Parts: sequence; C-alpha cells; structure tokens
Amino acid sequence: MVTQHGQRRGSAFLEEVIEATPGGERIVHCLQCGSCGGSCPNGADMEYTPRTLFAMINADHREEVLAANTMWFCVSCYFCTARCPQNIPITEIMYALKRISIREKKYKGTDAPALARTFTNLVEKYGRSFEFGLASRFYLFNKPLSMLKMGPMGLSLFTHGRMSLIPTKIRQVDQLQAIIAKAREIGGAA
Amino acid sequence: MKYAFYPGCSLECSSAAYDRSVKAVAEVLGIELVEIDDWNCCGATEYFTQDELVACSVIARNLAIVDRQFDQLVAPCAACYLNLKKTDKLMAENAKMNAGINEALAAGGLQYKPGTVRVRHLLDVISTDLGEAAVKDKVVRPLTGLRVAPYYGCQVVRPLNGFDDPEYPMKLDELFKWLGAEVVDYPVKAHCCGGHMTQISEPQAFELIRRLLQSAVDYEADLILCMCPMCQLNLDAYQGRVGGFFGVKFHMPIIFFTQLLGVAFGLDLDKLGFGKELVAAKPVIQEKLGAAEAEAK
Repeated sequence: MVTQHGQRRGSAFLEEVIEATPGGERIVHCLQCGSCGGSCPNGADMEYTPRTLFAMINADHREEVLAANTMWFCVSCYFCTARCPQNIPITEIMYALKRISIREKKYKGTDAPALARTFTNLVEKYGRSFEFGLASRFYLFNKPLSMLKMGPMGLSLFTHGRMSLIPTKIRQVDQLQAIIAKAREIGGAA
Repeated sequence: MKYAFYPGCSLECSSAAYDRSVKAVAEVLGIELVEIDDWNCCGATEYFTQDELVACSVIARNLAIVDRQFDQLVAPCAACYLNLKKTDKLMAENAKMNAGINEALAAGGLQYKPGTVRVRHLLDVISTDLGEAAVKDKVVRPLTGLRVAPYYGCQVVRPLNGFDDPEYPMKLDELFKWLGAEVVDYPVKAHCCGGHMTQISEPQAFELIRRLLQSAVDYEADLILCMCPMCQLNLDAYQGRVGGFFGVKFHMPIIFFTQLLGVAFGLDLDKLGFGKELVAAKPVIQEKLGAAEAEAK
C-alpha cells in the first residue's frame, strides 16, 4: 500500500479515512503484515481483520468496509496500535470507521451504536454517566429479553451498594451542553 | 505532594471501593489529591464512536477547569486516564483539532493550552514519584504468603504509557513485591477484559473474561488486582455467568490494587471498600494473612 510520492495517496475512500482520523495519514504505510489481526483479541470473530480492511479501503470498497463488523468488534485494547511496525493508529482508524458508519447508518447487526448513543445522551443530560439509567434504557429498548439474564447481577450490584438509582448531576451542565453544541456545529476530526 | 484529582464516574458508585481505597492509601503515602470542582464524564469510548471533536471537547473541559495551582492530574480509571492524556496530546500535535476544541470550550467561557496539565495514573505516581523506600516505609502488615495476579488491562499501558511497558508491564508486579506478596507472573496480565463487549456481544466478552480468570487459576493466584473499574466489573460481576456459560466454576476474588495496598498499610478492610466485590475477597485475605491481623476490628 505504500504509494509513490507526488501521486494521489490512493482511493477516494482512503483519502476520506485519512481526513477522518487524527494521525490517519500513516495508513498509507501499511505493509499488509497482519500484526494487527494477529494481535486482536476479537480478530477471529471479525469478517475482515484490520489488515484486510485496509486493503479494501485502498481498493475503494467503501460500502463493504462501512458495513463490516470489524470495527464493532474492536474493544479499544490498542494491542494492534502498540504492535504496528509502521506506527499506524489502527484503533483510531476503527473509531473513524465507526463514526462514518453511524453517520450514514451503514452498520448491521450490532447494538454498539445504540449503546454509544444511550450513554452520551445521559452524559449530556447530567454531565456524568449514569450506569443504572444506561443499563435499563439500553436493554429495554435494544434487547429486552436480556434483562432477565441481567436482573440477578444488577440486583447483586445494588445490594452490594454498587448501583445508584439516582443520577449525579454536575452544577454547570449548561456550560457542558454549550461546549458540546458548539463542537457539534464545528464538527469533524483531524 | 499535591495533585489535582479526577475520580471519574465509576468511582462515585459502582467502583466506590476504588475511590475509598485510593483516598485511604494516598493519605498514608502523603499524596494530597484535590478533586477537580464540577468535573464531567470523560465519555469513555462512546463519544469517540460518534464524533471526534465532541469527544475531545467534553474531555478538554476537565483539563480546562483544573485549578491553576496544579500542573499534574491523577486519574485512577484507565479510560479516563487515556482520554485525558490522549486529548492533551492531540491538542499539542494537531493545530486544527486544538483550534476546534478551544472554539468549543469558548462557548462555555473556557480555554485550554495543551501541555498545561500532565495526566498521571496513580500507579505511576506511587511507583515513580514515591518509589520503593517510601512505600516500604509504610508497610505494617506484609503480604507474605498471599499470591496475587496483577492485572493491568489495556488503556493504562497502551497506547500512551510513558511509565511502563505496553506488552509486559511490571510496575504493579514490583509494587506488590515491595509489599511482600508472591506475585504471579501469568501471560495475560495486559490482555483485554472485554470492555463494553459485555453489553454488546456476550460470547466474545465472556471468552476474554474466561481467559483471564482461567489463567489466574492455572497460575494458582489467590486473587486478581485491578487498576481499572471496567476490568474489575467485568471480572467480578460477570464471573458467575461466565462460569455458567463455559461450565466452569470460578471463585476468583477481584479487587483494586489500592485495596490490598491499604491492607499492607494496616488499614481497616471496611474503610478500603472490602465487601463491595461480588466474589468475596475477605476470606482468602484473612486465611492467608491471619484472621486476627486482617480483621482490624
């Protein structure tokens, strides 16, 4: 994937991924060595390992990449990033692909976008995360049957004093909301 | 030694044992932790999944409101630590992101100059700023006979760690050797606990949790020491279900490293938050360290 100087770096989608990722320009140095997939705790469950995905990005397979399960199996453990011999910020590229996939609703078969949205909605309301609110809303609206399995554990956490039913709210939540609104208005990354 | 302190949301309730024990051992060690007034959630991984600039701006608010008298900030949670450190670094290296984040902060009447606050993990502060002699000086109850499995998880040691090895970290091992414990050298000490996969896809998360628990069992650890609320929750609260899923009966107590550090300092177990873990840790500590000694009351 190492491209020649003075030429366009690669496909249009490669350019887009670079734009969307801080430090993303390193992707053009991918050697296709596979250290990333081999280091990934969830590599075996990915439709395409990061190495394959990068080749697909370079080949402009935009639709397949954005619908892949790869980034949704990324747990942000950063083993790939730590081991990449070309210093490609692989985990950050996974985040960028998640963002594009969510924005264009290309993702399939994952509850991760719903979890992220439920989590951040609560943060925007209170300024702090609210675990009980997150768990109850996320499971109720996304996988209600799982609530049966989760019930005993939730109760156990509650009886051990580890689950608050009331959220904590920061004093200057309006300040935080103003910052978020402005950041959203500016938008973008890198 | 005085540091600004960012506890993070988990320490308020689900990891109250971490909060209590961090504060208790910091007091013994003479580390003054001053909580940032009105801090907000770091967003964990969930904002980065949706919008990079929003993610960084939410995090940067915390850096911006650190009292000017502090140039160092301690975060005990792995995700908070990484997010704060990552945002500060990104702002320093990326002019466009720095400008965007500061424009967003300005909407709330704030600004932040990258590099103003140095983000530290508590383990780094204890290992580096204090060191062996200062820690050993406070030990009143050596952990002799207790086999501990230090568990580093991911985000404290990768990708931005400046104080330990990202593949084979040793600082937690060293700390507990200073305290007299038998430290288990097991191969998965910096592997992933599954993070939020427990909520998204249980089979994958459960396998990652199983590997960690089984390895600690294979290496005959009495307990696992965590330095991240998510790791502790996944290994402790899901332990029963993971065992059920694989047809294995696990009984591996999972505590925060600061709790056992507090035991070595002779602090009361209840003050260190013992009893909040779902797989009880008190019995093995009392058995190995002597019932009369371990139960301070």
